[in-house]
Amino acid sequence: MNQSTPISMAGSVPGLAYRKLRDRVIESLLLGAALVAVFTTLAIVFVLVRESLPFFEHVSLRDFLTDTMWTPLFADARYGILPLVAGTMVTTLVALSVAIPCGTLIAIYLSEFAPHRLREVIKPALELLGAVPTVVYGYFALMMVTPFLQKLIPGLPGFNMLSAGLVIGIMIIPYVASVSEDAMRAVPNYMREGSYAMGATRFQTATRVVVPGALSGIAAAYILGISRAVGETMVVAVAAGLQPNLTWNPTEPAATITAFIVQVSLGDLPHDSIGYQSIFAAGLVLMLMTLVFNIAGFTLTRRFRQAY
Amino acid sequence: MGAVTAQASIEQIRADVSRRKIFDKLFVVVGMLVMFSALLVLAVLFIDLVQKGAPRLNLEFLTQFPSRKPERAGILSAWVGTSLIMLTTAAITMPIGVAAAIYLEEYAPKNWFTAIIEINVTNLAGVPSIIYGLLALGLFVYQFNLGQTILTAGLTLSLLILPIVIVATRESLRAVPRPIREAAYALGATRWEVTAHHVLPYSMGGILTGMIIGLSRAIGETAPLITIGALSFIAFLPQSPITAEFPFLSFAWLKDAFTAMPIQMFNWVSRPDPEFQVNAAAAGAILLGMTLLMNGIAIWLRYRYRKRINW
Repeated sequence: MNQSTPISMAGSVPGLAYRKLRDRVIESLLLGAALVAVFTTLAIVFVLVRESLPFFEHVSLRDFLTDTMWTPLFADARYGILPLVAGTMVTTLVALSVAIPCGTLIAIYLSEFAPHRLREVIKPALELLGAVPTVVYGYFALMMVTPFLQKLIPGLPGFNMLSAGLVIGIMIIPYVASVSEDAMRAVPNYMREGSYAMGATRFQTATRVVVPGALSGIAAAYILGISRAVGETMVVAVAAGLQPNLTWNPTEPAATITAFIVQVSLGDLPHDSIGYQSIFAAGLVLMLMTLVFNIAGFTLTRRFRQAY
Repeated sequence: MGAVTAQASIEQIRADVSRRKIFDKLFVVVGMLVMFSALLVLAVLFIDLVQKGAPRLNLEFLTQFPSRKPERAGILSAWVGTSLIMLTTAAITMPIGVAAAIYLEEYAPKNWFTAIIEINVTNLAGVPSIIYGLLALGLFVYQFNLGQTILTAGLTLSLLILPIVIVATRESLRAVPRPIREAAYALGATRWEVTAHHVLPYSMGGILTGMIIGLSRAIGETAPLITIGALSFIAFLPQSPITAEFPFLSFAWLKDAFTAMPIQMFNWVSRPDPEFQVNAAAAGAILLGMTLLMNGIAIWLRYRYRKRINW
């Protein structure tokens, strides 16, 4: 009487087949969206290589890497990337001399000393520093920092790498600070407690336990900062001058790789001219430089995340 | 005898500790000083821009086209251009970015293929913006023949902010606890139903925040737009998106030439005439104000959503 009839589930749930099919379709659409990232990378490499190939047919790689003059827009054109690389390195070094000490200090303070509430307020505020449009920073470097520096250093030209570099440094402080702070916060609390138990002060714990423990992450923060500084464009285009100049002196004007690309883009060179193709060659060099730093940075961050 | 030395060494240790504690206090002062001077820079910059740009910060500035005469030049074409570019960028980035994040967080199997996609996303976040400009010049302008148009600018900036949106969306999807998904699966929901009906609604706040942060980055980007060949002297407006006849919406503006706020500002900054620097300051004040406002909204949203949701 009370015998229950076994019901077969298969096929009895209405629309299940349709829902499963819909899931399949949606999954492949989502995959397609994720693949956009892969295609973007491939497209960047493809475009840079294809557009700079004609350039390297005209200019030998040896000249490109060893010539000390970069004058692709002159009648007597020379194609040595060194002056642009030197300009890029000088502005980057100046930027790092600001961003590394400030960023590290802020990170140590926020991670080890600041009360919780203050950190909650300060962190987003610091991020604003990295959100300022770069062209506004360019104005800041040209119209405010340079006049100020001219009072300190008489004879400083209106365009110089020093003020551009200093401002880039301010700009990348938040990147350096936030990645270093993440690394310091990843140091487990028992290490701090061990240190306190031995009678160490906060300062001693921070400098002798936390910072050494977070070293690979802090290094990653510096390297990611370098990568940002190398690729920064508008600050140098506005404030450092657009004249390629092989010098290591930050008080001189000089063009960086990025500033050169902007300068050519502002003019109207025909598509098939060598000057036009030279910006892709310059872009390729820039891409390779940042790629090396990015890979190094990410490898190091991965290491600190796995360490504990 | 022994008690006396112990007493002495305790005194010594106390002295030592209090001496070392001075470093603690010193560091707090130095840390605060560095932090607040960094924030001071931002405040000084904003105040200076507003002060120097004050003579031009009026309605006329917003309703006039660029001009050779600094006192008559305005940012009408620039802010209209920027608004339309942002609209295009948002419309392209939102679906692709969120979809990519959902795939990586909810669907992707753990294998080498997924690893490649993830490495790509992180790497793209570190590519300098001017490289995106070169990509767009080679691909959109010359390969696809899209020209130097609003559509090209929107596509370029979309690619640029895609990693930001993907990372932010993934983080907010990850914050939704597993039991919510498991409960939905237990009731027979398919993977998409779990995602669309349960996970997405909970993470909407985080996604929105990421989107706003991404757009605030895009709004100030100058280099990629210069590289694709944006003009700074545009004395006309793109075609109106709203038309009088059916269907009342037109997308012809996508194919129009454009200028944008940061480009207009760059153009003014690079002129030697100090009169134009006033214009540059005014444009900079508006641009910076917009960026800070967007970031402020994002911070507020993040704060609000974090407070409201108690799992």
